[in-house]
Amino acid sequence: MVFLIESRGFSAPEATEMSSFIDRLLGRDQKSAHTAKERMKLVLVHDRTDIPPSEMDQLKDELIDVISRHVEIERGGARIEMTQDGRQQRLIADIPLRPVRRQRSG
Amino acid sequence: MESEEEVGPKEEIMPGKVVTVTSGKGGVGKTTATANIGAALASNGKKVVCVDADIGLRNLDVVLGLENRIVYDLVDIVEGRCRLRQAMIRDKHFNELYLIPAAQTRDKSAVSPSDMVRLCDELRPDYDWIIIDSPAGIERGFRNAIAPADIVLVITNPEVSAVRDADRIIGLIEAEEKGPALLVINRIKPEMVKRGDMLSADDVLELLAVELIGLIPEDEHIVMSSNQGSPIALNGKSKAGEAFRNIARRLDGDEVPFLPMEDNNGIFNRVARLFRSGGN
Repeated sequence: MVFLIESRGFSAPEATEMSSFIDRLLGRDQKSAHTAKERMKLVLVHDRTDIPPSEMDQLKDELIDVISRHVEIERGGARIEMTQDGRQQRLIADIPLRPVRRQRSG
Repeated sequence: MESEEEVGPKEEIMPGKVVTVTSGKGGVGKTTATANIGAALASNGKKVVCVDADIGLRNLDVVLGLENRIVYDLVDIVEGRCRLRQAMIRDKHFNELYLIPAAQTRDKSAVSPSDMVRLCDELRPDYDWIIIDSPAGIERGFRNAIAPADIVLVITNPEVSAVRDADRIIGLIEAEEKGPALLVINRIKPEMVKRGDMLSADDVLELLAVELIGLIPEDEHIVMSSNQGSPIALNGKSKAGEAFRNIARRLDGDEVPFLPMEDNNGIFNRVARLFRSGGN
């Protein structure tokens, strides 16, 4: 049953969270190859971009500041992260906007 | 590119191609790969020169079993103490396989990238393949080795430090406009992969996102064959030998399916799919 979870249908993060959740549920340890892969994903993102994690945090804060100057955003829900598309790195920002209160006319 | 070969009197001389074997991390199997790919190409009737660019830490000579025949080396050629042909040592098994050994008592600064380009340009008209064994690291020796390359093979092991260094080196190869690099994953232990304790070929490919050209299983025959100074690619019974012969055929343009690294369905098909979807 568990191997269904590992099928390719899931997007990577969901599948990871799900299978580790089930592993925890069943009291199993994570396989070391799986741990290695997850660690390497993070390491390689930083190696390739040459941005240390602290600077990445600063970049996020500044980006959010700039955007919030123009629109109202939900700061807590903002996600800015480095992702990979093949060997290309992308900075993906997902920033929820705060609902605008409309004035009712009439 | 002219794709069609014409049946005619004019036989075009195809200049030889330069393949550099590199890895970033040491000890992943560069020298073994160089020797075996060279031997496999020679066994297919190609004219091959293997060049040991690891100056100061020469080893390709012992792996090929030619250590007792060295008179001149790479630095002697570059510094004009001998002619190119005088430093080329003919292999024991194949008449058209040669070694240019590295100097043992000098360091990498004795050779420059343009020296390597000049040397390879002199070899290209007369040989089909020039295979360069790069030193580990990302400094001068590595730059010397990739300077003349038409094709760069990156060797890695399914292990975190080797994968990380491979990623770094792949980036440098791209930056030097020598890419895209082709990946060889060496020392795969199928039983460990099967029980989830070793990164699979799929995992490594997904992390590095490059095209695959070889999958080599861990094989005791490799140690035995280098003990004897006789390339494993000549051993018909060895799986690693077969894997190296397959790399040679792929370099030559053949489409060769990847050897299954496990008996249960997964890996082989998935890797084959990845290979087909990548590039071209």
